[in-house]
Amino acid sequence: MRIEGKGIIDRTREVKFRFDGRDYSGFRGDTLASALLANGVRLMGRSFKYHRPRGVLSAGSEEPNALVEVLGKTIRTPNTRATMQEIFEGLDTRSQNRIGSLRHDLLAVNDLFSRFLSAGFYYKTFMWPRHFWEGLYEPLIRRAAGLGSLAQVHDEGVYEKAWAHCDLLVIGAGPAGLMAALVAARSGADVILAEEQPILGGRLIGDGGVIGAEPAALWLAGVEAELRAHPNVRIMTRTTVTGAYDNGTYGALERVGLHRSPRPSLPRECFWRIVAGRTVLASGAHERHIAFPMNDRPGIMLASAVRTYLNRFGVAPGKRVTLFAANDQARQTARDLMAAGVQVAAIIDPRQDVSVVEDCPVHSGAEVIDTKGRHALRAITVRKGAEVFDIETDCLAVSGGWNPALHLTCHMNSRPRWSDELAAFVPVADAVPGLEAVGAANGDFSTHAALLGGKAAAGAALLALGHKVAPVALPAAEDAPYTHRAIWAVAGEGRAWLDLANDVTLKDVQQSARENFASVEHMKRYTTQGMAPDQGKNSNVAALAVLADATGRGIAETGTTTFRPPYVPVSIAAMGAGGRGKGFAPERFMTSDQASRDRLAPMIEAGLWYRPAYFPKPGETTWREACDREVLMVRNAVGVCDVSTLGKIDVQGPDAGRFLDLVYANTISTLAPGKVRYGLMLREDGLVMDDGTAARLGQDHYLLTTTTAAAGQVMRHLDFVHQAFCADWKVRVISVTEGFAQFAVAGPKARALIDTMLDAPLGDLPFMGVVQTAIGGVQARLFRISFSGEEGYEIAVPVDYGEALFRDLLARAETMGGGPYGVEALNVLRIEKGFLTHAELDGRASADDLGLGAMVSTKKDCIGRAASRRPGLHGPAREQLVGLKAMAEISAGAHLFRPADAVERVNDQGHVTSVCWSPVLDLWLGLGFLQNGRARYGEKIRLVDHLRGIDVECEVTHPVFFDPDGGRMRG
Amino acid sequence: MRLTCPLCGPRDRREFTYLGAEDYLHRPAPDAPRDAPPDALSEAWDSYLHLRDNPAGPTRDLWYHEQGCAAWLLVSRNTITHEITGVELVANRKGGAA
Repeated sequence: MRIEGKGIIDRTREVKFRFDGRDYSGFRGDTLASALLANGVRLMGRSFKYHRPRGVLSAGSEEPNALVEVLGKTIRTPNTRATMQEIFEGLDTRSQNRIGSLRHDLLAVNDLFSRFLSAGFYYKTFMWPRHFWEGLYEPLIRRAAGLGSLAQVHDEGVYEKAWAHCDLLVIGAGPAGLMAALVAARSGADVILAEEQPILGGRLIGDGGVIGAEPAALWLAGVEAELRAHPNVRIMTRTTVTGAYDNGTYGALERVGLHRSPRPSLPRECFWRIVAGRTVLASGAHERHIAFPMNDRPGIMLASAVRTYLNRFGVAPGKRVTLFAANDQARQTARDLMAAGVQVAAIIDPRQDVSVVEDCPVHSGAEVIDTKGRHALRAITVRKGAEVFDIETDCLAVSGGWNPALHLTCHMNSRPRWSDELAAFVPVADAVPGLEAVGAANGDFSTHAALLGGKAAAGAALLALGHKVAPVALPAAEDAPYTHRAIWAVAGEGRAWLDLANDVTLKDVQQSARENFASVEHMKRYTTQGMAPDQGKNSNVAALAVLADATGRGIAETGTTTFRPPYVPVSIAAMGAGGRGKGFAPERFMTSDQASRDRLAPMIEAGLWYRPAYFPKPGETTWREACDREVLMVRNAVGVCDVSTLGKIDVQGPDAGRFLDLVYANTISTLAPGKVRYGLMLREDGLVMDDGTAARLGQDHYLLTTTTAAAGQVMRHLDFVHQAFCADWKVRVISVTEGFAQFAVAGPKARALIDTMLDAPLGDLPFMGVVQTAIGGVQARLFRISFSGEEGYEIAVPVDYGEALFRDLLARAETMGGGPYGVEALNVLRIEKGFLTHAELDGRASADDLGLGAMVSTKKDCIGRAASRRPGLHGPAREQLVGLKAMAEISAGAHLFRPADAVERVNDQGHVTSVCWSPVLDLWLGLGFLQNGRARYGEKIRLVDHLRGIDVECEVTHPVFFDPDGGRMRG
Repeated sequence: MRLTCPLCGPRDRREFTYLGAEDYLHRPAPDAPRDAPPDALSEAWDSYLHLRDNPAGPTRDLWYHEQGCAAWLLVSRNTITHEITGVELVANRKGGAA
């Protein structure tokens, strides 16, 4: 029911929306909860376990009952708090956790059996037969108990993540937060003011009052206008700070587009990481419910929420309202309602001697002991001494006192302190480094205390940050003491709910204590109190108080469970924003990428790189046909392959050779300028890190190549060795991988192709030589090295010329019977030659295993030398690199067995790392590691791959299958 | 988490790569060759390669500013409070020669 003249909704802007298939209208500024209440809808959900009819309890993010599904085109968002969802034109929502309609939920039958469904029921009941649990019991229970459901389709919504930095983060824009922000704004500090609601003001919105000489709303408007005018202030509304982390980092969830019609360009949510020099926590407090019998009916609400609906939304949640509260502050609810013309049936106050200033019946020393009304509250039963009577009422406003919203102060292991005076937990100082709680969040409940606290905390924070603090006058405000009596539960017949979100009652907690789940953490897990949507917001303190009573301990001694992030639910999509699909990992493209795709080459991933697998020709139906053709093309004519993904590291300085001798197992410093040497790099533990080439371009200038896979690791390693062990040597190391495009040109006609390219004749370039040259006026480096076993060249140019050079090389190669080859053919060519990749250099192989033991120089120290000499890394007990020849298909990953042995793990002789079909040798070839393999050439070995059903006898050979003398590549 | 790189200023931890404890800096001198390879490792080398503390409290470890200036950093921090008390360049520390 709307009240004329009340609220700050925009009554000129009508908004149509749907709930459970029916059309309703509200106004801009309404939440779903306020708009439904205005339309007389009070039943908004079904409870978690008993499927009890439930209405809205609160007006904020702590709402335990009114959880709904928001329906999108394809997706739906479950468990949305109706109190937080703003309405917009076309908003479509529905209630959840029901079978049938909301009014006639078939699962409400659970409520009839509630006396059996107490805490621990499932643990005790569904124990036999054991295998029934997964198949039958659990699915049934999960169907019956729970929250909303997902649409089971991909969420196409847009989510974002963002980072922000500031001097002062102010969390909450109530009087305390506004005052803190104002002080910091005038002092010139960089301020972020984060407010969960769409509007600033906090309790000032729902409670009104006077600040200075003017109504709170006017003061608020003035402060907001000033803050918005400060360029150093960022106001983030609809933003809930969800967690406090190390070094002043806070997580925050911004509801960017959830309050408007979806648009493809508009993110739904943004997850912020805010880094603050100092933080003021002004998150306010949560009002407590009271555990009286049948305290869960639609129409039973928190007193502060009733005020908010009245004063912010202009909605009276009932026609005849009753107040049940044990503190003076809640009386304002009755006064505001009466001033707005809403009938107040009675005020029920458990305290004996209370002042009576309100113009309505006041029952002191009285308690609510029962309620009536299935789908909405109709009446309550009151006990006053020996007298018991009913009051007709459709809305009961309840206040059991206030709990500071101190969750964030506990996110870094701090525990709050129990205050007997406030009957609440309050934050301890320095709970989170750099954060100070103020106002209601600190247990300072008056407006004056909030303003004062905000001003003082901002001042202290700014001083700590080295800012001058600008003077800000403290306006006068209400400073009433918090007069209250703690009331947690009311004795009586019938269930009394403590945790509405999880359907945990007074009896459940008492039973938990009886069954010796008496520690607070055990009680929580046994009863589920405070879990899931609640996260200790509504029920925590009352449940602790009941547990303390049941176990005969004090509340301080009982303690509280641990508050953990996030403070409100954060969708995984927001936290993982940007990380879906292609966003999961960056992509690296070679300069030849488009040219390869133009030729329809399928691209395969090599780390983050994309490389062409093969270049199909018309008529070829399998990758093998293309691969075989490309291999033969290289062996018989010429092939071109982009090898730019190899790591390239430039090393310069008078001590460069000395440095390379330290990082390579073999000696590099003896290399003559213009020459290239194969290099082997060890880890300090003696195993092989990587292999590659080192080219000496000048007296003090080397260029290293690494494998594609290890490029980053080798760069890290070189920087480490340099900076950690020889920072004073005159040498500098830098990665130039991205700077050069490099193409392999290999085959008997490679030389002829290269000759047509260069600006000047090549002359004599011996195997393992390097020369500076030019192509079309562009400086280029030409290496005579081979990873294919053919006469091979690698030509490197600055990346800007890469694509042009690649296209030119292909065009020329094709006139000579050659063309491009991909990594499939590259792999076959190198296996035929027994060249290594990271399939073999797998981090477990020693130099000796690879047959490269002699490369580890005994004349000098090098990284890994000491450990490489360990007995365990040498000799016949090790698995050594061998070649395998087979007449049938074999597979990498297969294991090797003696033909006479049973195929069992204990008889394992080694494994296979790489295989290919060799079109040159007409054989299946493999590389692998075999125990004492070098002594077993010629032996038959059984290759078994259970996964692929392969069982083939192979011949053990030397790992170089083709052209063992290397005559072809030396030319 | 942020580290204040002495060269680049405060930076998000996503820019850094972690290696491990400070111990990696204390590479022993090469062992004198014994009879003939293969050699067993000396105790100093064994300890350097394999033995690490698992401190609750102050610790010093090595981070690489891989997405930044490529400096190796020696970071002093507390594993209990997560407080970072100091960051220095590995290359600038005393006694750094091989």
